[in-house]
Amino acid sequence: MLLDRDRIFTNLYGRHDFRLEAAKQRGAWNSTKELMQFGPEWICDQIKASGLRGRGGAGFPTGLKWTFMPKVVKERPHYLVVNADESEPGTCKDRDIMRHDPHLLIEGCLIASFAMRAKACYIYLRGEYIREREVLEEAIKEAYAAGLVGKNACGSGWDFDIYCHHGAGAYICGEETALLESLEGKKGQPRLKPPFPANAGLYGCPTTVNNVESIAVAPTILRRGASWFAGFGRPNNTGTKVFCISGHVERPCNVEEEMSIPLKTLIEEHCGGVKGGWGNLKAVIPGGSSVPMIPRDICDTVLMDFDALRDVKSGLGTAAVIVMDKSTDVIRAVARLAYFYKHESCGQCTPCREGTGWMWRVLERMVKGESETAEIDTLLDVASQVEGHTICALGDAAAWPIQGLIRHFRQEIEDRIVNYRQGRPHVQGVTLTAAE
Amino acid sequence: MSHRRFHDPEHHKPFSFTSATEEQIAWWERKYPTERKWSAVIPALWLAQKQNGGWLSEPALRAVADRLVMNYIRVYEIATFYTMFNLEPVGKYHLQVCGTTPCMLRGAEKLKDFCERKIGPKGHVSGGGTFSWVEVECLGACVNAPMIQINDYFYEDLSVEALEQLIEDFAAGKEPKPGTYVKRQTSAPEGRPTSLTDESLYDGSKAQALTSIPNAPKPAPEGGPAPAAKA
Repeated sequence: MLLDRDRIFTNLYGRHDFRLEAAKQRGAWNSTKELMQFGPEWICDQIKASGLRGRGGAGFPTGLKWTFMPKVVKERPHYLVVNADESEPGTCKDRDIMRHDPHLLIEGCLIASFAMRAKACYIYLRGEYIREREVLEEAIKEAYAAGLVGKNACGSGWDFDIYCHHGAGAYICGEETALLESLEGKKGQPRLKPPFPANAGLYGCPTTVNNVESIAVAPTILRRGASWFAGFGRPNNTGTKVFCISGHVERPCNVEEEMSIPLKTLIEEHCGGVKGGWGNLKAVIPGGSSVPMIPRDICDTVLMDFDALRDVKSGLGTAAVIVMDKSTDVIRAVARLAYFYKHESCGQCTPCREGTGWMWRVLERMVKGESETAEIDTLLDVASQVEGHTICALGDAAAWPIQGLIRHFRQEIEDRIVNYRQGRPHVQGVTLTAAE
Repeated sequence: MSHRRFHDPEHHKPFSFTSATEEQIAWWERKYPTERKWSAVIPALWLAQKQNGGWLSEPALRAVADRLVMNYIRVYEIATFYTMFNLEPVGKYHLQVCGTTPCMLRGAEKLKDFCERKIGPKGHVSGGGTFSWVEVECLGACVNAPMIQINDYFYEDLSVEALEQLIEDFAAGKEPKPGTYVKRQTSAPEGRPTSLTDESLYDGSKAQALTSIPNAPKPAPEGGPAPAAKA
């Protein structure tokens, strides 16, 4: 369990003011100039040493990503783009950072931009976060007025501009190249890689796209030391992390905890446990809608980090824990996610555009049991044909929850088909014994 | 993919920017490099939608394209791609009910049923043009599920009763406050706080200048590539 003094986001819940004076009291903008004095390489080295892995879902080492940028700025300027298009179902952590601790993010933007020799940074917020944008714009204005960003930011001699941009409700814009397309004023359709953004990103210039949380933790890591951050969690899975726990728990919440915390501890300590007790747990989606669900027996012992969840064929993703108790119709829950991916597919690649709709339609039939047992394997087959055959990871993300469902709850799908065939179609919210 | 079509163009009224909208578009344009003004298209469409009563008509679209010197087809494809652009008229209060799994698990379906009874079918604008509702995909407030976005702001942790009260208040011309509708602080757990109770985090001790920077390099072995050498 993480102690309060080791938490980075000390205003996660907005109990205190988000504005500059209060944020400074909490330690934001403390000695920023001094942190910048040792130069970009030193900053990248510290972030590398801290073991910070990207908090947006993929878990790529952040410090390493920063070093992919060219070492010398040539005719094309460098850009930092912050991915604040938080749309993964289950995830709402960046929202709290932006509306309650925006100065940590802005300070992080300055430090990260300096480390990548970028003079300008765009924060791409999802369009629906209007209140969050208002707060962020106000915080940016304060930072400019106080000389913390702008010309000679923090007195460091580095000129730095920061801008807030917004999208308009497209999940796909959370994919980094789709986000860049959108920021350039186009439809958000992902680009083929290579070239990678570090070579040709925003406006064809070297660009790095990072998640809000990855950027916002950077200043505190520098202030407290890489080894402090690396001291939490298991090797290769270090640091603190904001978890979002939603669904069937007594008290859903966001909370910053250390990595590798057992899932059970996380739910019992911070959320008052599963509704109806741990024994009433059916399954958990541990990292946002894109990762496969895990059934209760795995939940008993699994640790919340990248490697532990990968080992049980799931993933940490954005650390958005969606808890489902025994009253849940898991087939329906996944069918609803399949609808989400069908709705959000950008339509560029055929396997995803057609596959997401096809998978959703089959799942809707399976919810009722109006299907054939052989179709389960066909569905699995189609899911694996979509996976890995698209430009971006949305195809994979659409396939994984379905694979997870079939892996762990195949019996339930089959039972429902049998029951339907026997003239006992499934009725939502009523168990079959009760209906008889 | 979501398929979206324009409202019957015969009902589209002429559109031109007010000076306030014009000013805001100019403010957005200044955020981007001079030769990259197209970047402002999403914010500009959003402002046009606001000015046009919550939806984008074809004349509004053309005005944005003319303003940013873009081909009409480029703006058209953006307006149809991004789901926050309403291509049909909406009510004065437009309810976007989140229906994705985390909200569904906590009762979004009851809210959808209630909206259907109270306001009418999805996309339908109620008599007098006061309310309309749609189901949308995850709005990113999952720990406060179920939730609804009404115009600009989020109304969270809703029950059918709370939603009924909200709709009554809006209908009576009141402006109910956004945020959670149960006893909790934003995304914190209800009841006893489980973290951030240590008052020493907030007493200013964190603001004291650092006495030393952790892992600071030994005094300048080489010049270093820092463009901002310290004085």
